[in-house]
Amino acid sequence: MQRIINFILNNRNTFLYALLSFIALLLTVRSHSYHQSKFFNSSRWVSGKIYGTASNISGYFSLKEENQKLADENQRLRKLLFNTQTGTQQVLDSSLLPFQVAQAKVIKNSFSAPRNYLTIDKGKNDGVSQDMGVITSKGILGIIENTSGQFATVQSILNTKSSINAKIKNTDYFGSLEWNASDHTVVQLVDIPRLVPLVVGDTIVTGAMSSIFPENIPIGTIKRYDLNASKSYYNIDVALFNDMANVRWVYLVQNRNKAEIDQLEAQTEDE
Amino acid sequence: MNNPVVLNAFRFVLLLLAQVLIFNGLNFMGTINPIVYVIFLYWYPIKENRAVFLLVAFFLGLLIDIFSDSLALHTLAILTAAFARPFIMRFCFGVNYEFQNFTFKNTTKIQRITYLALLIVLHHTIFFCFEILSFSHILLILKKILFTSLLTIFLCTLFSSLFSPKSE
Repeated sequence: MQRIINFILNNRNTFLYALLSFIALLLTVRSHSYHQSKFFNSSRWVSGKIYGTASNISGYFSLKEENQKLADENQRLRKLLFNTQTGTQQVLDSSLLPFQVAQAKVIKNSFSAPRNYLTIDKGKNDGVSQDMGVITSKGILGIIENTSGQFATVQSILNTKSSINAKIKNTDYFGSLEWNASDHTVVQLVDIPRLVPLVVGDTIVTGAMSSIFPENIPIGTIKRYDLNASKSYYNIDVALFNDMANVRWVYLVQNRNKAEIDQLEAQTEDE
Repeated sequence: MNNPVVLNAFRFVLLLLAQVLIFNGLNFMGTINPIVYVIFLYWYPIKENRAVFLLVAFFLGLLIDIFSDSLALHTLAILTAAFARPFIMRFCFGVNYEFQNFTFKNTTKIQRITYLALLIVLHHTIFFCFEILSFSHILLILKKILFTSLLTIFLCTLFSSLFSPKSE
């Protein structure tokens, strides 16, 4: 007994190392297989405040560019507005529309790791909830993963755990959008059947299968495609419209019917 | 600043902020983000209690993980580098580092850079292996380890000569 205790005391640092690395390993493996940790993420108060302050300072350096982007988008929206026939489909209460849009600012961005998360400056207090879609004026960005009072984290489409329904524009051939972690300007669209005629340069947009994003939000264009190992589906490289390295103002999209759709689908699967 | 506890706490906070606010967003040549906080291990006093050293390294890694949403990757990597530090020191400086009168002053520049580089390479190897955790991406892992290590070693060598304590 004495010798065992002596052995433990002599090697106490090794045991401490083993214990601590076991904790770290457990957290790492969990983060590979489960969703992002609920308590330890950058939407927490302290890290959120620090990132918020840093973003307020660095925001001044890109004001000109952001103004240009906003002006471009306003121009596009005005064109849409003037081309819509008003009077035929007047909506009395805009809160009854299926999609609600809010805006937020990115205070932390990352795109070089295999699992990237962004942090935005809106949280539960502003009505942000898990599984809301996040888009920019150019295309999709990701999905809300965790929220705190004032901040929220976004699972970027540049995340190996991300999988989003997408289709080829003006057709109904859909596949799922994934990322192989190698290039932050290119994502992969898989499960498009080989009978679909593809052309390099075709536009990829979000599909109607997802209850998170509205249909036809732009994603990118086809850069390269080849058949997968079983020769029955295409693997498509999609060049993103969005510059993932340079995002600041984003829009949050909430589908009011999502809960209903999810409940119905869960019910159908149970039976 | 002469109190080693205050000095190390100051370094801890400063390196944490520098890492998450500056170096995590550096994206040199597109995607290379150096992990410079490893230099904390290089600067940490040699004769301190090893258990405290391991705990400090653990919490430094954990805080960086919380900020960068990469839970426990940094923790695992820096903890292992901290644990391996005595072995690396014995390798670089020979057995005489265990004596009471050992200081960095008696070592050559090459020895110090080797010591720093080994700490960094060990940290980066563990970090990127666990970050991707897949054998099919072995080339990507090796590429990331190589380029990030080179940039980190370069920056840390600069820091170690810029901010070297007078007492050493």
